[in-house]
Amino acid sequence: MCSSVRSRAVVSVSRRAKYGLRAIALTYVFVLVVIPMGVITTRTLRQGLGAFWDAISSPQAVSAFRLTATVTVWAVVLNTIFGVGVAILLTRYRFPGKRLMSALIDIPIAISPIVVGLALVLVYGPYNGWFGKSLHSAGFEVIYAVPGMVLATVFVSLPLVLREVAPVLEEEGLDQEQAARVLGASAWQRFRRITIPTIKWALSYGIVLSIARSIGEFGAIKVVSGDISGTGQTQTATLLVDERIEQLEPGAYQVSMVLIAVAVLAIILVSLIRPKEHS
Amino acid sequence: MSIQATSIVKRFGDFVALDDVDLSVESGRLTALLGPSGGGKSTLLRIIGGLERADSGSVRIAGEDTAGVPAQRRNVGFVFQHYAAFKHLSVYRNVAFGLEIRKRPKAEVRKRVFELLELVHLEQFADRLPSQLSGGQRQRMALARALAVEPKVLLLDEPFGALDANVRKELRDWLRRLHDEMHVTTVFVTHDQEEALEVSDEIVIINQGRIEQVGSPDELYDKPDNDFVMSFLGPVTKLGDRLIRPHDLEIFTEHVDDGIAAEVTRVQRAGFQVRADFRVEGSEPWAQLTRGQADALNLRPGSRVWVRPSR
Repeated sequence: MCSSVRSRAVVSVSRRAKYGLRAIALTYVFVLVVIPMGVITTRTLRQGLGAFWDAISSPQAVSAFRLTATVTVWAVVLNTIFGVGVAILLTRYRFPGKRLMSALIDIPIAISPIVVGLALVLVYGPYNGWFGKSLHSAGFEVIYAVPGMVLATVFVSLPLVLREVAPVLEEEGLDQEQAARVLGASAWQRFRRITIPTIKWALSYGIVLSIARSIGEFGAIKVVSGDISGTGQTQTATLLVDERIEQLEPGAYQVSMVLIAVAVLAIILVSLIRPKEHS
Repeated sequence: MSIQATSIVKRFGDFVALDDVDLSVESGRLTALLGPSGGGKSTLLRIIGGLERADSGSVRIAGEDTAGVPAQRRNVGFVFQHYAAFKHLSVYRNVAFGLEIRKRPKAEVRKRVFELLELVHLEQFADRLPSQLSGGQRQRMALARALAVEPKVLLLDEPFGALDANVRKELRDWLRRLHDEMHVTTVFVTHDQEEALEVSDEIVIINQGRIEQVGSPDELYDKPDNDFVMSFLGPVTKLGDRLIRPHDLEIFTEHVDDGIAAEVTRVQRAGFQVRADFRVEGSEPWAQLTRGQADALNLRPGSRVWVRPSR
């Protein structure tokens, strides 16, 4: 009797706590995410579809979107190859310096992007960078050009694919790959027929995260690109938003809206991917 | 096809997993590598299969030196303790894997896979994923997968270790029958002495990186070379300083020559068998009797008896 009374009391307290926590969490998300996003959306819509189309189809905007897309594709491709390769290296091989390497890979996500940009300029800058000078005299521009922007974006999103893929490889262990090996599969056949299907969902998730991160990158890009506006220059979509806000020009909301839409699409993709991981 | 492993040494850091081991397996036999965990038996199996490289020594399969031949070109079948099922492939595709890698014609693959699925009684599960099978079914699938490529030898690493006791026993009988039909040279690792005694033609006892004894189950049981083999294979009890089998202890109610005076401390019945514990000078042996024997002797705690080893 006594214990049942007490357990009911525990249930009611925990239920109250549960609703309380839920309310706090909802308010938090609402204030931080929903209200600001909602404001941008309503401001965009209030100016009408015509203004929306003008803002995102001006030559400057098109050029900025194109540059963002270029940088993102490069960064995601590089991060995918690097992420899968290093995940295999870290989970399948033992070598001296492995833990140090694992720790170093996480640094980019901890460092402020603007510091990353500054560091890259110091190393690759055309006039007083470490390798930059020799690259510049060889006619290869890194800073204030697309290679530097790709470099900066790769840097800030470095561990995203790796950190999704590595735990799955760790958990699955070596058994399936060894079984395939004994059945006659070469290293490449094992990778294609066993490893890739095993990490498929984790890899997709990592790629989506990288895309979202790369599209939104601002700080590092701002430093290394020089933010040269206009067609054929080094202004990405995030830099364009910044310029339009600073100069009180119209069109910042509309471009932001496109960036938000892409991010939301990415999140929808992720939520479609996620449940399949567990089935 | 036969297997000859000669002077195999394998170290993991300071730990010596295999210390100059020689193993010879005759063609067509079912051999158990039996021993306690960490004794080196799995390592030896993996070296034969090419999944591990020996520090020194050589392995010949069907007379051919395997030095420099990677696992994928040894044409051995390997079955893992935790099935190693390809989770994203159907049962059919799992079994077909080795044949697809070898680029056999589709019709031939199909015929061979269904033959094997029938052999392991999984033909109705061809389209299922491994996650939809029980442990025993998964292991049968793994066995069919290993046999599909017509391996020179079949290597099984604790194949029943992850299964329930009932399934384990069933699969054990089934492996024996399968082997009698197929006659593929088979080596399996186990730490379960009952499994080794029941299934194999020959048992190799491995302990602390060395082979203790090789022989048929009867030879090892009846004529163990040393106390380790004796106590590892079958029950033992101590009479004075001597190890004997509990069923080799004769009990008399009257004094006999060479008999040792003893007092019954406990009599416990388990089905048809009776276990009797005694106290003699210097040790506390126990004996295994049939119920009839125990009744005839009228054993009770406190009874005075004489015990004598029968062999």
